[in-house]
Amino acid sequence: MRRWLLWAPLALFAIFVGVAMMGLRREPATLTPSRLVGQPMPAFSLPPMLPSRPGTSGGGQGPRLVNLFGSWCVPCIAEAPQLLQLREAGLTIDAVAIRDRPEDVRRFLAEHGDPFRFIGSDPISHVQVTLGSSGVPETFLVDGAGLIRAHHVGPILPEHVPDLVSQARALQ
Amino acid sequence: MKALAALLLLLATPAAAQSNLPPAELADTQLPDPARERAARALMETLRCVVCQGQSIADSDAELAGDMRALVRQRVAAGEEPAAVRAWLVERYGEQVSYAPGLSAASAPLWAAPLLLLAAGALLARGTLKRRRK
Repeated sequence: MRRWLLWAPLALFAIFVGVAMMGLRREPATLTPSRLVGQPMPAFSLPPMLPSRPGTSGGGQGPRLVNLFGSWCVPCIAEAPQLLQLREAGLTIDAVAIRDRPEDVRRFLAEHGDPFRFIGSDPISHVQVTLGSSGVPETFLVDGAGLIRAHHVGPILPEHVPDLVSQARALQ
Repeated sequence: MKALAALLLLLATPAAAQSNLPPAELADTQLPDPARERAARALMETLRCVVCQGQSIADSDAELAGDMRALVRQRVAAGEEPAAVRAWLVERYGEQVSYAPGLSAASAPLWAAPLLLLAAGALLARGTLKRRRK
């Protein structure tokens, strides 16, 4: 028996500790895109958040962005001007209001602009989980056939706008 | 504008991410059927809260965790198998949502490693003991 073999367990243990330390230091991987990218939009039908506008549903209404937001969500305020820009560029944006109340949504839209075609109310985050989303704001790009083509996690910032516009135009 | 956006992002701590709505009905209410509640509870303990690291949805106070507990209870109460509910979530969030990973190409080394290490240890011990006996 070779002597050095006796050190093998210690070496393996050192490797294990090394891997564990690396794992502890790594940025946690919550902010991953939904696994549904490339798959059909799940079926859902949300009631209207505001009486004046239809709710958002899962199926076939042409190419569109589906934006998950909340009036209580601070990064959603940072995102609002970019959504207006996307609306002006001709994109259709449907909203899913997560855990929200009509009066708060109305105030939010009055303060930060209103780019939405439909606004559905998701009071218990059911559609959020159905879409594989883990926070607000998040945005799904859906094509005319109802396939999810992209998933943007976090607020849409000015540098994301050109890319989103060209992706959306390619679907039309 | 960019600076404002960055500033707002800094303010966006988890503490600010609280809506004004009450928890979902079944988030913290047990199911009337004890067997179903037990099954739902066992499933919740092995599902990862997707907004808080290292906590199960059973342990987390996050709103989304509460909403996911409600979803689990709702589906289990409706007679769905816990394994089917887990599979439904894995389809959306990937394997990382589950604390009970199945056997796959990616996880196979993890399952095999203890057995391989045990076998290597046994071989090593046998060699050493044999030599000592001589």
